[in-house]
Amino acid sequence: MKLYEYTAHQLHTMLTEKKVSARELAESTLQRVRNLDENIKGYVTVTAEQALAQAKAVDEKIARGEEIAPLAGIPMAIKDNICTTGIKTTCSSKILANFVPPYDATVMQKLQAADGVLIGKTNLDEFAMGSSTENSAFFTTSNPWDLERVPGGSSGGSAAVVAADEAVWALGSDTGGSIRQPAAYCGVVGLKPTYGRVSRYGLIAYASSLDQIGPLTKDVTDCAFVLKAISGHDPKDSTSVNSAAPDYTKALVNDVKGLRIGVPREFFVAGMDEEVRAAVMAGIEALVRQGAVAEEVSLPHTDYAMPAYYVIAPAEASSNLARYDGVSYGYRGEGDDIVAMYKRTRTEGFGAEVKRRILLGTYALSSGYYDAYYLKALKVRTLVKQDYDRAFEKYDVLITPTAPSAAFKIGEKSADPIELYLQDVCTIPINLAGIPGISLPCGYTRSGLPIGMQIIGQAFSEETLLRVAYTFEQNTDFRRKPSLKGV
Amino acid sequence: MKYEIVIGLEVHAELKTNSKIFCGCSTHFGAEQNTNVCPVCLGLPGSLPVLNQRAVEFAIRAGLALNCEIAEFSKFDRKNYYYPDLPKDYQISQYDLPVCKNGYLDIEVNGETKRIGITRIHLEEDAGKLVHPQTITTSNYAYVDYNRTGVPLVEIVSEPDIRTPEEARAYLTKLRSILEYCDVSDCKMEEGSLRCDANISLRPAGADYFGTKAELKNMNSFKAVQKGLEYEAMRQEDVLADGGAIRQETRTWDEARGVTLSMRSKEQAHDYRYFPDPDLVPLLISREQVEEVRTSLPELPDARKDRLVEQDGLSSYDAEVITASRAVADYYDAVKKLVDDPKTIANWIMGDMMKQLNTRGLSITASPVTPVHLAEMIQLLNKGTISGKIAKNVFEEMFVSGKKPAEIVKEQGLVQISDESAIIAIVEQVIAANPQSVADFRAGKEKAIGFLVGQVMKQSKGRANPEMVNKLLKERL
Ligand SMILES: [Zn+2]
Repeated sequence: MKLYEYTAHQLHTMLTEKKVSARELAESTLQRVRNLDENIKGYVTVTAEQALAQAKAVDEKIARGEEIAPLAGIPMAIKDNICTTGIKTTCSSKILANFVPPYDATVMQKLQAADGVLIGKTNLDEFAMGSSTENSAFFTTSNPWDLERVPGGSSGGSAAVVAADEAVWALGSDTGGSIRQPAAYCGVVGLKPTYGRVSRYGLIAYASSLDQIGPLTKDVTDCAFVLKAISGHDPKDSTSVNSAAPDYTKALVNDVKGLRIGVPREFFVAGMDEEVRAAVMAGIEALVRQGAVAEEVSLPHTDYAMPAYYVIAPAEASSNLARYDGVSYGYRGEGDDIVAMYKRTRTEGFGAEVKRRILLGTYALSSGYYDAYYLKALKVRTLVKQDYDRAFEKYDVLITPTAPSAAFKIGEKSADPIELYLQDVCTIPINLAGIPGISLPCGYTRSGLPIGMQIIGQAFSEETLLRVAYTFEQNTDFRRKPSLKGV
Repeated sequence: MKYEIVIGLEVHAELKTNSKIFCGCSTHFGAEQNTNVCPVCLGLPGSLPVLNQRAVEFAIRAGLALNCEIAEFSKFDRKNYYYPDLPKDYQISQYDLPVCKNGYLDIEVNGETKRIGITRIHLEEDAGKLVHPQTITTSNYAYVDYNRTGVPLVEIVSEPDIRTPEEARAYLTKLRSILEYCDVSDCKMEEGSLRCDANISLRPAGADYFGTKAELKNMNSFKAVQKGLEYEAMRQEDVLADGGAIRQETRTWDEARGVTLSMRSKEQAHDYRYFPDPDLVPLLISREQVEEVRTSLPELPDARKDRLVEQDGLSSYDAEVITASRAVADYYDAVKKLVDDPKTIANWIMGDMMKQLNTRGLSITASPVTPVHLAEMIQLLNKGTISGKIAKNVFEEMFVSGKKPAEIVKEQGLVQISDESAIIAIVEQVIAANPQSVADFRAGKEKAIGFLVGQVMKQSKGRANPEMVNKLLKERL
């Protein structure tokens, strides 16, 4: 086995037992990136020099006999919408193509303190708006299972580099499924924490009331380690929950006896890929065999979640993205006066999907339309949330597919935005409800593409999700390496 | 037709918290450009606001001082518009749930008290400042100074209860005085820490509906507010008298030309697309906190004025002048603690003190004449050590040198001559030297004695006790 193939928790043991040095690990991973990334195109920026310097510092700590953090010396990748001091943070947008933040996101501060080794910043759909990375202003990332297919999105770069062993783990952000859907497409584990569990400070906002940073990892154990490292209260984020995060690694218990699983019928609708349906049902069966109890449940407002999301998220985005005006940072288009400069900057700086959502959101908030769109959408959001509150009175977790199909071909759905939006139909309601969801591989299509299963819990039930996911992983055999077909 | 003017005022006051409303940057005025900034107030991607609780406390304080209801549940909204001094291209403000509402303040115009309603007070962040290399019209680019970005503001909106430009000015004066008293704002219009926009419309006298209003901006002093409103009322009256209609629009006051000019019409008005800021949580204000703030409120101008009238026996006018500024009232109280002579203290403060402060552009807190010095001087005056005339010189000398009055009196030998024999000597000299005046007085020209008194005072270099001079002269004539 090559060094870059191991998981973080395996590598941690190898580092502390001095079987490997952080430098060897960083070099091995960087070499993997050099070999593979021109095909995968997961990275926007590779930070080789920084990685080696960080690795050196970890090796020195180990040499001095100091205790190191679980993620110390482990090569990581960070989605390029999370601010990193002195390192370009582009959001895969022309408008921020040269933006170098003067500060670190809170999660970055935590990871720096934990001695994580940054390999690079990963590609995404521009400003996290999309489900395939095709909306990146720079390039489309390829799925390591089939280079002609998308890795999902918007955290497609992060999912792809983890699947392709170009990083041991990665951070993504999830507004409507942007961690879970690419995790499903790329066959890795992806967790969207409860809204407020992980600080958003330094995450470049798409839709503030929905955005949440979370881990993409090779297995559930790594997921718990990363979540532990990044969660907790942050006084710099008013929406961050003021309570200490538990030790998620203690939740890694192989036991689901008596677990009550709800299977929402609205998520298994006609038109859903039969292979996906079958794989998820088999996954639920596997948990039942371990002692869980499953039954069908109804979440009646599920159908309204997507339309509500496509009002709320663009409304917030239209305001969040107003600041990219060419005045004090980012791309500037020339113009004879300030208004001409604004227009030119934004016309040239934003891609089509970002413009589409800014227009949608601006319209929804306009005087005369606010009540009919934005306010109505907020009411729907409340109804969706109540569906889940009711369901969790009876069930510990809900299990659904993560996405209605496996990874689709690049270009296959780019003509019709609605078709693309449907990829998030299973994940969007979770963001609206503010609750956590984890996606992990539960099967493969006949053509060998991974299928993701989503486990959903009530707010702050990450420990339950991790326990269920861990049990599933321990008792099944769906953790596989991608075929790298087409490399 | 006779018209009635209807005015409502929107006042923005910067709160004097040490740090900005949503970040930890200093609010200090006059710092080097773009030094009081951080990722939050620069609106850098990914940064998030965190509410400064001091700003909330200050807003509650202002609200209580202005007799407002304090909300239990309040929230912040985004006001979206593009302007280069606004780094996020939205301002965090409050739309439908302000911190305070339904208050009032009382003004006095022509001896009558009038109550002006306060609709609401809300919190918001200030914008930055554009700096033009030349004038605003000749510059083809501008710089932005973000130091002011994020300084906390309260916007205080009055009911349309104001009926004359004079009342508008009285409202502003009173409002400033109250904000100053409760120590929430410096209220310096010249530094921009107090700004005022006005809504003005006309309607037939006695009508119960409102006419179309114009919003008036860019008035940089209380005087400008009054002048701007006077001009705008006249303009609207002319339009209406000619059978025209008032356009709903925003107009700017051109101080140099003394006119108001159209800035933008209703059609060009912004749609601010207000919506709740998802980066901030709702603001919950407990009744305990409100009571805590209430008990910490100082005595406010109206109460203080009443005290000065009732307890100190000052005239209503004097008490009004003394209490208009908290600093002046505090000065008065400090002197009064040392010498219980309210009327004399008030006269010195309103007279010589104000004159000296105004010519030097100083505030009373920076006066070289401390309350202790003024009190000592009044004591010297009351004991007869110095005369009233000498006291004026002593005051000026104290102001210039900062010395104690006794010291000045001693150094310059200004002690009043109350020794009868010494005065008699001078009186006899003067009588001998001015036979004509003596004759005039004796012939019944009462006024002639004034000249003789003046001569005695002159010879004594002003030090002779004037009452004794009068008495001794009369005895000898
Ligand atoms: Zn700041």
